[in-house]
Parts: sequence; C-alpha cells; structure tokens
Amino acid sequence: MPLMRHSNEVREMAGELGKYKLCVSARSADKAILKKAQDGGIVTQLFKFALEEGIIDGAIVAGPGDEPWRPRPFIATTVEELMSSSGTKYNISPQVSWIKEATRSYGLDKIGIVGTPCQMQAVRKGQLYPVGLRDVPDKIKLAIGIFCMENFSYQSVKQLVEDHAAMKMEAVKKMEIGKGKFWVYGQRGQVVQLPLKVTHKYEQPGCHVCLDYVANLADVSTGSVGSPDGWSTVFVRTRNGDDIWSKAIAAGCFETKPIEQVKPGLELVTKLATEKITKNQKTVEERAKFGVNKGLRNPYLGPK
Amino acid sequence: MADKITVGHVHMSGCTGCLVSLADNYGGLLTILDKYADLVYGLTLADVRHIPKMDVALVEGSVCIQDKLSVHEIKEAREKAAVVVAVGGCACYGNITRFGRGGQPNQPQHESYLPIGDLIKVDVYIPGCAPTPQLIRNVCVMAYLLLKGNKDQQELAKKYLTPLMQLADRGTEACGCDLMYDVVNQGLCMGCGSCAAACPVRAITHEYGKPNVNREMCIKCGACYAQCPRSFFNFDVIPEFEGIMDAIDAALK
Repeated sequence: MPLMRHSNEVREMAGELGKYKLCVSARSADKAILKKAQDGGIVTQLFKFALEEGIIDGAIVAGPGDEPWRPRPFIATTVEELMSSSGTKYNISPQVSWIKEATRSYGLDKIGIVGTPCQMQAVRKGQLYPVGLRDVPDKIKLAIGIFCMENFSYQSVKQLVEDHAAMKMEAVKKMEIGKGKFWVYGQRGQVVQLPLKVTHKYEQPGCHVCLDYVANLADVSTGSVGSPDGWSTVFVRTRNGDDIWSKAIAAGCFETKPIEQVKPGLELVTKLATEKITKNQKTVEERAKFGVNKGLRNPYLGPK
Repeated sequence: MADKITVGHVHMSGCTGCLVSLADNYGGLLTILDKYADLVYGLTLADVRHIPKMDVALVEGSVCIQDKLSVHEIKEAREKAAVVVAVGGCACYGNITRFGRGGQPNQPQHESYLPIGDLIKVDVYIPGCAPTPQLIRNVCVMAYLLLKGNKDQQELAKKYLTPLMQLADRGTEACGCDLMYDVVNQGLCMGCGSCAAACPVRAITHEYGKPNVNREMCIKCGACYAQCPRSFFNFDVIPEFEGIMDAIDAALK
C-alpha cells in the first residue's frame, strides 16, 4: 500500500504559506468578470470554467442574503448565479453548512466550494473524518480558499459601516481591506477609509486562534495581497488544483505574471502570514493560562 | 495478504443502521474482508454463537442494563477484543436510546440504556447517526495499519486514530449543546457551518454565522461536535489529506 507520497515538486516555504506547486499573479481574461470582481476575479472565473467544463456541477458560494451585504451560502449551478455572488463581503457565510445538502437537495455529484482558510480546514477534516458527511468526501472536486486575516460578524460590519463610516449598508458599493485601511466605497462615489486599528475589536473571536492566512489546505487559494491593484495572488496547491488550473490556463481563462516580477510580491504575503500566525499562536498559548490555574480549550490538542 | 486482522460486529441495542453503513462501503467492504480483515463474529453475517477472541470489536448500540445477556456480552467483548470501537451514536453516547424509558412490548421493563463507555473502557469512537460508511472504512483501514503495517504506517494510523481515541476518553454524553459549551462559549467558533452539515436531523441552523441548536430535535449522536474543526484539528494529519485519501483509495482498489 503506498503511503503518503511526498512530491519533490511541492515546495514548502517555511510553513506559513503552506505547500504549493505554483504561485502566480493573475487576473481573469473576461472583462465582464473583472468589472464585478474584488480583485482579479479568480474565484468566479475558475468556477465558471469548472462549471462549463463539467469539472463541477455546482459551487457553494457566498450569495446575497436577506439584508444588504449579508451573505449566505448559495449553490450556484449557472454562470449567472456565480456572477451574482462575486466580491468579498467581509462577514461570515457558513459555507460548509451546505456541503451535504448540496449532494442531497441539489443532487450535486461534483461540488465546488469557496471559503476562508478555516472553512478549507473544515472541508479537509470532513474528508478525512467524515463524522456526519456521508458520501460527501469524494464529491468535493474544487475547493478554492481565500486569504483571510480575520472575519467579522454581520453586526460588526454593520457597526463599522453605519457607525464608524456613517454610511448606510444598502448604499455601499464595495468594501475592501488593503494598504492598512478598511475602505468603504459608496454607490454615489463617496469613499470612507477607517484605520484598521478601529476594526480590530470587532473581529470574530474565533479567528484569533487561526493559524492559516493563505488557505493552505485549498486546491487553489487566492487573495489580493502580493499583487498589484486589479490582480490577485494565486497559489496552486494540490494535484487536483494543478490539473484544473493548467486546463484553465490552456483555455485562456487567465492572464498571469510570474509572482517574482510583481510588486509587492511574495515578500508581503509571507510577512502578513507570519504576523498572523505568530500573533495567533501567542493567543493559543495565552488561552492555556487564561484563568487562575485554569485555561481555555485548545482545539489543536484534541477534543477534550 | 494472509496476515489479516480479526474483526467482529457486536450488536447491542441499536437499529442495525451502523451495520448497514459498514455494508454501504459495497465493493470496499469486500476488499476489506478480502485483504485486511476476517469477520469472526456478527449476528447476521458470521455463524458464530459466542464472542470469540478478536483484534477489533465494532460495537453498535447501547447496553440495556435490565437485559442480562447484553450486559454479559459487552463485558465479554471487552475481555475478548484488543481494541473496542464504539460505532455510532448509541454505542458512544446513547443517542436516541437516551430517550427510552421502558414500556415497549414485549419487554416493558427494559428502560435503561447506557452508552457502552459507562460499563467498559472504550478505545475509539465513531460518533454519528448513522456513522458514515467512509469513517467506518477509514477506521478499519487504520486499525489494520496499526496492527499489521510497517513502522511508517503504524505511525500514521496512530496519529489518525488519536482524536477518535480522545473522543472516547472525553466521556459518554453528547448533545448539540456541546457546540455552545465547548466551542462558542470557549471563544472558538468561526462560523464554518460544519456542525449544521453533520447534523442528521437538521437541528442546527446558522443565525448570523453561529450555530443555533434546536435542542428538542437533537438526538444526542455527537456528530456536530466531532465534525467541528474547533473540537479537534490535528495538524499532523489533516494537512496530509491528499496523500492519506490516495492511500485509503489505493488500499481499497
């Protein structure tokens, strides 16, 4: 029986960036996708390609919910549905909650899913330890991870937008974290920037023990950090991810540039990843001594 | 492969759904029985009257303490098996049998059902109702590697099985409330949705990114907490998902 193969082509960069076969700066070749995209439109474009090629027959995306900027897991089976879900929402969409239902109510045999690093961890745990995910593990055909420093609850984002940025949620055209600021763009062209310092206390507490910045367990992971405006940094990680990415490149879906040739490049990605992991590792350690001779749970040591 | 392990299916008070789940590995089950494990005991599958000595006992169901034979058999299973695996919510946590309080024909006095861990030491838990064919399969393959594999394979099997052994140590009570007590209350929930996906009775929804458990609907199977990436997440196993899944697939070819 073959045990774990350790491929030589898998590069390990000190751990923070996870294993990957390829890292590039990329953007969609489709103008319509770029127009609505957060950055390079990688997720929408790659799912569109996978849908059209029959690699997946649906994707769990963060679709529009009941309130403005409140996402909900949504199963997109058409390109139109994919397009309506593009862009980053900066609050929680419990993507994995639909992973079994997608194979039942929606009858999907080949699932795509996009999510944060912790959601990619949940997907992989679900594949290796499918406690309640009967017949799901081998149906996950494309897991796309997005870089994530931390997430917010809906109420937190609302507080930031309405209280701090003094804008109505329904009047917001785009939100963005970049260049050390939280940016809120209004439909009528107004722009409000908040220092990230203001946003920290509103972060989801569960994010503070997360030891993954660039979705190390995804098939393909992507985010704006490291690439110029309008482009995304892309890590191609698994054999499956590599297979789909190469087909998408061959089909002309993406424009790419070597990551070594763009600014600010991998150096910034590595810096932010290291910062996040170092800070959160410290939190995990501090939690162990949180009380007086009593601590808080550490999920990395087991379920007790 | 001559060097197989011996496995038995011990049936306590359960609905046989766990056994059906094992059988739902279809061809994979045949491969397991062909190459890795001899089934030496099983009510419906092996013509053996008394629990024999075996490497691994897969125990389904909880123990009715008013039924002398059940009590005797669970103790015997512990004596005869090197490894006892509680398969499914009833064996691990009582599951729906927690709601039993007697009165049913034709043994109305049978009213107290205990998870097997309340009577014997259990080594490995496979929670869930029903437990999934894939997790039962993975545990069977890992048990084989642990007992018969080379050094690397034993190492992998030990690492893989560790959290399921820790679950067995954790106790015999489970409830959707575990998500509150041990995840949300501990500041660990990040709203991934795994718990809702795992729940077999759709008792869990997400409100603003956090689980909301309908406790009236919860059947105490333990799937939600065990599935949560913040109950356990072992960095020495899960990041190797690609290689491990390949190895299990190859083993069952």
